[in-house]
Amino acid sequence: MTQTNPFIAALAQRGLQAVVVALIVGIVSFAMMQALPGDAAYRIAAGRYGYDMMDAASAELVRQELGLDRPFWAQLLQWLGALATFDLGQSAVYGTPVIDEIATQLGYSLLLAAGAVVVSVLIAVPMGIAAGLRPGGLVDRVSLGISILLRAIPAFALGVVLVLIFAVQLKLFPVAGFRGPQHLILPSLTLGLGLAAVSNRVVRDAVVEAMDAEWRLFARTKGLSARLTLVRHVLRNASLPVVTYVGVQMAYLIEGVVIVETVFAWPGIGHALVHAIFGRDIAMVQGTALALGLIYVALNLVIDLACRAIDPRTRAT
Amino acid sequence: MSDMLLSNLQTARWPKIKAPRAAGFVMLAGLAICVMIGPDLVGQDPAKQSLLSPQERPSAEHLLGTDHLGRDMAARLLSGAQLSLSLALLSVLTAGIPGTAIGVLSAWYGGWVDRGLGAFADAVLALPGLLLVLMLAAIAPGSWWALYAGISLTLWVEYYRYSRQRARIVLSSPAVEASRLLGLPVRLILLRHLVPEIGPGLMTVAAFGAATAVTAVAALGFVSVGVRPPTAEWGVMMTELLPYWREAPFLILQPVACLVITVLALHLCVGGLHKR
Repeated sequence: MTQTNPFIAALAQRGLQAVVVALIVGIVSFAMMQALPGDAAYRIAAGRYGYDMMDAASAELVRQELGLDRPFWAQLLQWLGALATFDLGQSAVYGTPVIDEIATQLGYSLLLAAGAVVVSVLIAVPMGIAAGLRPGGLVDRVSLGISILLRAIPAFALGVVLVLIFAVQLKLFPVAGFRGPQHLILPSLTLGLGLAAVSNRVVRDAVVEAMDAEWRLFARTKGLSARLTLVRHVLRNASLPVVTYVGVQMAYLIEGVVIVETVFAWPGIGHALVHAIFGRDIAMVQGTALALGLIYVALNLVIDLACRAIDPRTRAT
Repeated sequence: MSDMLLSNLQTARWPKIKAPRAAGFVMLAGLAICVMIGPDLVGQDPAKQSLLSPQERPSAEHLLGTDHLGRDMAARLLSGAQLSLSLALLSVLTAGIPGTAIGVLSAWYGGWVDRGLGAFADAVLALPGLLLVLMLAAIAPGSWWALYAGISLTLWVEYYRYSRQRARIVLSSPAVEASRLLGLPVRLILLRHLVPEIGPGLMTVAAFGAATAVTAVAALGFVSVGVRPPTAEWGVMMTELLPYWREAPFLILQPVACLVITVLALHLCVGGLHKR
């Protein structure tokens, strides 16, 4: 009777993934540090004392103090140790602790991600159900065509096209930045359309399968109305693959957040990451990449738990 | 009778080419032809600036007009196509061949080899792919090779997972067991049983992988992290032309259209929509 609780197992698996994410981010950031041109000791000394006040002796002091003369692996261990205690360091550009920067950006990124998921659900679910109730019908074929086209348009290209149409030509929404709720519409639409392009087909397939199932016929035969059968049985069963699929889309969502935030100058983590890479601000690169990676893991955990909530069969007795 | 069975099997494995797939192949062939003979037909240098004639409308001399520095758009788009398509092809080779080989190896040996390789693949995709590519590109900014190595590093996992899963099923089938008992060489077993079974699926993986590679390069170019500006690359061109939308909206839409057509062609030629 030593069956592991699937809840604990899911938690442990995602926990392990979080550790792997932190390791990869840490190692790649360390490699970035090593790849910077010039002597790190001189660079840091210049940062501390100013370019005019810095000489070989002060650089040597810095080298001793920070252990820059130690072997490669010892420095890597120290770097990862700092990461393990959530010491993310200071931004080289802003001079503020990285963790403070991320704390303000996190809200904006989550807002955008939530907006995108809401848009995609609002589009994909009705469209998928309509297509799935009549497979091969007009709605089904039109939605397939639109999905294929939308799927082929990368998020940033879609963003540019939407900006040109809605913000520039029609002047309905602001072009970029964030000063109010209306700024949220175009970015979430950009990201949400990309998500909906595939998920509406998943909804459609799930509905088709559920409509063909024997238990649906039974529900109808025992006298349940078509409407109640749809709401109580078909949609609940169809929602399972859909929620699982949203988990698959999380990678697209995180990648999309990075790109779309940059297109719309959205003050979130993805925008900060791209800027940090551009400005060679390694502490910021590490912090933002870590934050995005951990959000990715956390969202996947939420999906795992949601699947359990929807389907009683996956719950352990 | 046996002929019928054979043809049935073949249609089951290689689905009949339908209109969307044909369209995809035609688009892809068209792109390839444009890339090969286009630069000669256009006859313009993609890097040659002409500050006296910026943002010109399409004319006989400049088929698609000129950009903000007076460079010929058609020549630049073709040069971008060359870069994108060769990268897509290269990514298929360098991610596809090792990925498939490792997948088959994993299925063949099983046990610790399988678990170790599986854990490595999971670790690579613990981060969303583009995030890893972004960070790797940051190690050596502006370097084409770092960018490309990052893309290959994330793309091989897809090949690995597909070929491993399919190969496990095929290798445990009675037909393969019989061939093994007959003492047929491993090479023959792989060629006769495995290749026909995983070939078509690998084509799909390859087409989507190529589309992902093209998109990633353009996306990174667009956010100024990938290929650097003087190079004619579609994403970079979009960034360069975006400020001029008011004067010349037709310019910014050209690289967008090229990118969408390429990705669409790749998606269509393996049968349209695929669950990512």
